[in-house]
Amino acid sequence: MNDNFEPVIIGFLCNWCAYAGGDLAGVSRLQYPPNMRAVRVMCSGMVHPNLVADAINQGADGVIVMG
Amino acid sequence: MEKCIACGLCAEKCPKKVDDEFNMGINKRRAAYIKYGQSVPLKYAIDPENCIHLIRGKCKACEKFCPTGAINFDDTAKIVKIDVGAVILAPGFQPFDPSPYDIYGYGRIDDVVTSLDYERLLSAGGPNMGHLIRPSDHQEPKNIAWIQCIGSRNNNRCDNTYCSSVCCMYAIKQALVTAEHLSGDDVSQTIFFMDIRSHGKDFERYYENAKTQGINFVRARPHTIDPGPDGVGASLRFTTETGETIQQFFDMVVLSIGLEASKHSIALAQTFGVELDTYKFAQTGSFLPVSSSRPGIFVTGAFQAPKAIPRAVAQASAAASTAAVMLTEGRGTLTTRKTWPEPLDISDAEPAVGVFVCSCGINIANIVDVTEVARHASTLPNVVYVENNLFTCSADTQELIAEKIRTHGLNRIVIAACTPRTHEPLFQETLKDARLNGYLVEMANIRNQNAWVHQREPERATEKAKYQVSMAVAKVVNSVPLAQEMLKVIPRALVVGGGVSGMTSAIAIADQGFETVLLEKSAALGGNALSIEKTFKGEPVRPMLESLMEKVTAHPGITVETNAKITSVSGSVGSFVSDIDVGGQIKKIEYGVAVMATGGREAVPTEYHYGSDERVMTHLEFDGNVMGIFRKDAKARKNEKILPGSVREDSSVGEISHRDVSMAGEGTAEVPGSIVFIQCVGSREPERPYCSRMCCVHSVKTAITIKESSPETSVYILNRDIRTYGVWEKHYQRARELGVIFIRYGVHDKPRVNPEQDYISVKTIDPILQMPLEIHADFLVLASGVVPNDNSEIIQLFKCSANEDGFLNEAHPKLRPVDMSVDGLFLAGMCNYPKPIDESIEQAMAAASRACVVLSKETMELDAIKSFVTERCDGCALCLDVCPYNAISLKTVEPPGQDTAKLSGGQGDELKEQGGLNGRAKKQIITDPALCKGCGICFATCPKEGIMVHGFTMNELKAQVAAALA
Repeated sequence: MNDNFEPVIIGFLCNWCAYAGGDLAGVSRLQYPPNMRAVRVMCSGMVHPNLVADAINQGADGVIVMG
Repeated sequence: MEKCIACGLCAEKCPKKVDDEFNMGINKRRAAYIKYGQSVPLKYAIDPENCIHLIRGKCKACEKFCPTGAINFDDTAKIVKIDVGAVILAPGFQPFDPSPYDIYGYGRIDDVVTSLDYERLLSAGGPNMGHLIRPSDHQEPKNIAWIQCIGSRNNNRCDNTYCSSVCCMYAIKQALVTAEHLSGDDVSQTIFFMDIRSHGKDFERYYENAKTQGINFVRARPHTIDPGPDGVGASLRFTTETGETIQQFFDMVVLSIGLEASKHSIALAQTFGVELDTYKFAQTGSFLPVSSSRPGIFVTGAFQAPKAIPRAVAQASAAASTAAVMLTEGRGTLTTRKTWPEPLDISDAEPAVGVFVCSCGINIANIVDVTEVARHASTLPNVVYVENNLFTCSADTQELIAEKIRTHGLNRIVIAACTPRTHEPLFQETLKDARLNGYLVEMANIRNQNAWVHQREPERATEKAKYQVSMAVAKVVNSVPLAQEMLKVIPRALVVGGGVSGMTSAIAIADQGFETVLLEKSAALGGNALSIEKTFKGEPVRPMLESLMEKVTAHPGITVETNAKITSVSGSVGSFVSDIDVGGQIKKIEYGVAVMATGGREAVPTEYHYGSDERVMTHLEFDGNVMGIFRKDAKARKNEKILPGSVREDSSVGEISHRDVSMAGEGTAEVPGSIVFIQCVGSREPERPYCSRMCCVHSVKTAITIKESSPETSVYILNRDIRTYGVWEKHYQRARELGVIFIRYGVHDKPRVNPEQDYISVKTIDPILQMPLEIHADFLVLASGVVPNDNSEIIQLFKCSANEDGFLNEAHPKLRPVDMSVDGLFLAGMCNYPKPIDESIEQAMAAASRACVVLSKETMELDAIKSFVTERCDGCALCLDVCPYNAISLKTVEPPGQDTAKLSGGQGDELKEQGGLNGRAKKQIITDPALCKGCGICFATCPKEGIMVHGFTMNELKAQVAAALA
């Protein structure tokens, strides 16, 4: 694998926990790599399997559902 | 303060470092600071005691760098005068400071920390970001000890003789959480305790689970704490129950410090002229548990007595309720309601998106190239206007956005700035002011989740910001205006249960001006309080109970229905409909909210010869049948004899079925010479694995009454732990002073009881003497626990829930202690968990307060983010079972032209069987927006996109994913 590989990860973030945690990470200036693109959802239980499949089909290197 | 955007530049540039008190001084903060990341409001402050400018007149670095000009060195405390009708005091507590006491080693030994220090060490937001290291050498500790009752239950080294109520549970929590913060499996946690007091709901299970997780519980109080070798760790010396003295080394020692009244709260009490008790907590009575000694001033939380979060929250609502009753006449007179112009119809318009990219001063612009982001936005489809703002959230920018909406005909807005969690409501209002539906705005979080977290990679941050804007534009193009449903609230409450809790709730609701229907399943009001003589504080219960019964019957706003039960429930918060069976007659009632106060009862023991020997009784039986002799003074009693007589079942008490022990002849009573209490009968055992909270205090109080009346009577309390929590610890002390003998027994080594002709033989092993004992008792009192009344019908009708023991569940065990998981339902009293009268009254007032929040609105505006059914639904009903809120039901839809739809699956089936639909009827689900919380589990479950959530439809989410990968 290429050493410079930078994966694109689609993140589904629950509004009440993971997304709030993402905000708090900002307030606390915790640094992390910018590889994830976040989609805010109202609950991680809302993430339809088709959305995950869709992301992979369209070229996402990974999907993370956080809740 | 209005100008501060919480960017944190002031703190970054401030040269003055001081100990961070929030992290217990373990790390440093600046003189310009926020107390902690979640502060509300999120505004930075200047600490005047440390600010270089305020002390020496130099520096002003923060002022120089603040992008919004929010620094005001001249800001000082101002005296503001406010006219109020009631005051609620909630100053809280201060943690006990062990540093003046050399015996604890705090400050003398590096690795001895307080539980609060430890809490910060464990916290992900703490000084080590949750990586647990000990102070001395910054190594991971492996072997950690907790010492309980530091600054509690002690009249030797400090003045806090009460129990702080919370330390046992937090120590167990910390011990369990510790393992998660350390690498490796070789962690050992030891808790040194006197009694473990896990007397809250589901706490006993937590304690039992901790034992199975390998936490060591040692019943001992370490008397000497010495530094470990090379000043690392600490060694403890303690004496075991068998009398052996042991010295043990620990990597780290945590002092479980208690709660005490602070100087500030004592001063506050003086300012308001409210009286404090001997422990400097606010004085209250059991029947008015949040009313201070001064009318109109209410108290709540640890200011009233040490307590855990759930009771503090319930008390807070109780205080609000009591204040609201006083202020009923003025309710709503000082409020104004905001209105918006009618939104424009945009259904035929092509999406025209305006994108506003915020620099947030330099917060975003320093890292993310906002000009490049704006340029990128202008290339996106449907985007017709792009602008870069210094502060998109400022008041003048709101006017500017509204103006651009009008002049450019914008009908969708994207704000690339901070987080929608704090700022979306602001921009929704801006849209509404500009005659657009509030749901046509989408935020791209390029600050909190970009510029602030990718500070070292500006190029990649800019790249990510561009994607974030693309995603927001893609979503908003697919957004449609959403309507917020208005729900009419029926201003009537239903209260189920006519005990102290139910009656208190009914009065508090009716006193706030709302009609209340009180249901009691038996023939009479009163409940358990009918058989209780005195509260833990010693107030007689009967007069209070009679006054409550009189009030509910006389109150013009309360309808009392006895011999009544609910038989059906439909509807949801704001408008429920029920049939109630009142002595065989069915009545229909409509109501907006309901309070469950269905109560509990003393469990019937199955051990220790209960039922076969009349000298073996429960608490309530003993109170009713024997205690009378001790309530008389010694002179009146002199020639009386008391002898146990025959036993009969008394059916008049209903389900309680207490036996009535009739006495053999008047005037022949003799004072019993020996009475034994056995605690935890049927409680804290596998079949009933909870603590009933009240039995220890009840036994101890009874023992005191006996001893004070007849010092020559021997009283023994056989127990597993004595749980006289909070200020009730004083009764335990008093009982010991009076010579009541406390003997511990183990759950696997229970007392053996043998009734003999003249006495009951109780054999047990004294753990201190390590010797078997035999007591000859005249009476054996069994402290039998509390079981909930049967709630199965309530659970089925309202679709609410109970825990494994049958106690009704609250929506959140800490933060929503009187709300139920079903909106519009509240609970109070023993149906929730065993509790004494004062705590039941607190909960009942709290439930009333929460209920009135709903009742005081004529209409409720529901959020628009709710599930909705699409044309693709074929009625497979997969979503029905997964909905956590029971918001989905199935209906049969008839083809156009035929009869109206019938509700519920059952009715539909019936219709189909009758063959009236010619196979053309179709099933479909319907959702109740009042119950739906918009979680979308239904959406993820549905294989056909037959149900989705407004604002998060498949199209919107797919568009976001596609834009993210474009």
